[in-house]
Amino acid sequence: MIALEAINVTKIYGTGTNAVTAVNDVSLSVRRGEFVALVGPSGSGKTTMLAMLAGLLKPTHGQIIIAEKDIGRMSESKRTKFRGQYIGFAFQANNLVPFLNAQENVELLLRLNGKLNRQSRESARNLLERLGLGERLKNRPGQLSGGQQQRVAIARALIHEPEVVLADEPTASLDTERAHQVVQTFAELIHEQNRAGIMVTHDLRMCKYTDRVIQMMDGRINRIIADRREILRLAGAADELDGHVVPVNGKPVLAGDPLADVRGI
Amino acid sequence: MSFYLALKEVWRNKGRFLLIAAVVALITTLVLFIAALAEGLASANREYIEKLNGELLVFQEGTQLSTTASRIGRQRIAELRRVPGVAAVGQVGFSTLKLVPPDGSADINVAFIGVEPGLPGEPPVYAGQQLERDRGNNVIVDEGVVARLGTKVGDTIKLKVTQGTKEEFYDLTVVGLTDRRQYFFQPAIFAPLNTWDKIRPDGNGSGANTELISNIAVVRLQDPSAQAEVAKTIEQTVKDVEVADRRTTWEALPGYAAQQSTLTTQQFFTFFIGVLVVGGFFQIQTLQKVAQIGMLKAIGLSNWTVGWSALIQIFTVNAFGVAIGAVGTLALTSNFPVTVPIMLTGTTALASVLALLAIGPLGGIVSVFVLLRIEPLRALGMAQ
Repeated sequence: MIALEAINVTKIYGTGTNAVTAVNDVSLSVRRGEFVALVGPSGSGKTTMLAMLAGLLKPTHGQIIIAEKDIGRMSESKRTKFRGQYIGFAFQANNLVPFLNAQENVELLLRLNGKLNRQSRESARNLLERLGLGERLKNRPGQLSGGQQQRVAIARALIHEPEVVLADEPTASLDTERAHQVVQTFAELIHEQNRAGIMVTHDLRMCKYTDRVIQMMDGRINRIIADRREILRLAGAADELDGHVVPVNGKPVLAGDPLADVRGI
Repeated sequence: MSFYLALKEVWRNKGRFLLIAAVVALITTLVLFIAALAEGLASANREYIEKLNGELLVFQEGTQLSTTASRIGRQRIAELRRVPGVAAVGQVGFSTLKLVPPDGSADINVAFIGVEPGLPGEPPVYAGQQLERDRGNNVIVDEGVVARLGTKVGDTIKLKVTQGTKEEFYDLTVVGLTDRRQYFFQPAIFAPLNTWDKIRPDGNGSGANTELISNIAVVRLQDPSAQAEVAKTIEQTVKDVEVADRRTTWEALPGYAAQQSTLTTQQFFTFFIGVLVVGGFFQIQTLQKVAQIGMLKAIGLSNWTVGWSALIQIFTVNAFGVAIGAVGTLALTSNFPVTVPIMLTGTTALASVLALLAIGPLGGIVSVFVLLRIEPLRALGMAQ
């Protein structure tokens, strides 16, 4: 069942001669229980695409359908309310409210949606325990490591049973081991809870936990990899390169680069 | 949600918010102290006039409501009593002389006020009895005298007067005690007008062959609401007088207006500093929280929730500071000796506290607008 659908979405910043097309006529859909990676070099339009899918940015043209509603047509206040109900977020940084402890941070979305009760509190606790934070429930973000903070953010993104879960570079500030742990758990939960998940990432090694990889280039979808073996080959090759992309003259280049096709070289 | 976020943040950052509450408390103390000082000084200046049991005060024309320059004789008093609407008229005379403490300590300047027993101008006593016409050496003293000398009904007090170059001493019996009736920053002693006229410096001696002249006349009306009409009638029917109500009279006291405007200006500037300090604090805090607010908006908190949360926080912290400052100031001012011109009345305290409660919202309004304008994308670094 389709949880999220983008139809001919375009985003143009500025007007006239200053106009820049960040996303150009992109269509994609994500099913429930599917975890998709959105990859591509800087400036490819993936963050703009994610912002539009999240209802944080209105598309210039096209439709974004979540829960059978076109969020691009909603007013600012309706979109804000919609985000609280139907979308879960994990950002690159500044994910958590610093004065709330781990459990309170997770419960924030339950409170916002008027769903905070004994049962939902128990669910929040269980989710955090599942994420290995059972001993850290009462710790505030400042007392948690980067990986622990990201896991709390993931719990918060999922606790209110949203239609779509979005993550923007969730491993950017984590070491390799933590990054794998975080994304693996994220993927497991998306599959278990039957949510639609999209993750924007630069680290192609993380693609191995996803069901589909959508590569963007210059505002368009350049390639979609849905074959499991292809995805693993991509992630494996990236693993050999330690996840690094080597830019030369502004373009990532490597002799015999197995990722060249994905990078669009 | 707004309450939850606002109060949780305050509770979890008690040190930081306590600091700003302490600053607000200090500002509150300063504002209330200046208010209490203004009230105390004003009261010390006008207390007797303010509490007079008559609605109108009659002065000699052209004296610009000066109680010392004005002279009203018996002739005028008789004319005043005939004016329709006038219920009673009392002569009142003012002078300053020295009260000699029995313990030999330094003399105390007192307002020696001559009044007509049973007529407007004589203060009501809370202990002892009112003055009587035929008992010339009797006086009523106010609480200012009681506080300084511990005077009781039946005590004898000694007054020192300089007549020409000669010092004279008078022993008078205290027959009654009245509440605080200071006049011109001095505790007050009330004597029958004849006694006053005899004792006061440069008085008329026995006054046997001369008209008994007072400084002003105090008029009590049959209908207090007809003040303006009767005042007009008096000025039309009695020659060479000008009439004022109590407020106009005390506002015309020398230095009164200048002193009060100075203190009001100080109060205003303290209040203004408070607005800036609180505003600055919350503005800095808001700027530090841009990313956090952006994230909250991104996950679904409305502008309304975020704005209310900020206002609740500002109001709570400010109100806490004002409460601490107000309680502290009240405790302090109530322990000041009566000789210190600090007086915090309910009205003054309430007006100041209400104004101080507005410091928070006024100061924080800019930061609330900044909060409302935070764009989640920009705050989270996702903007192009």
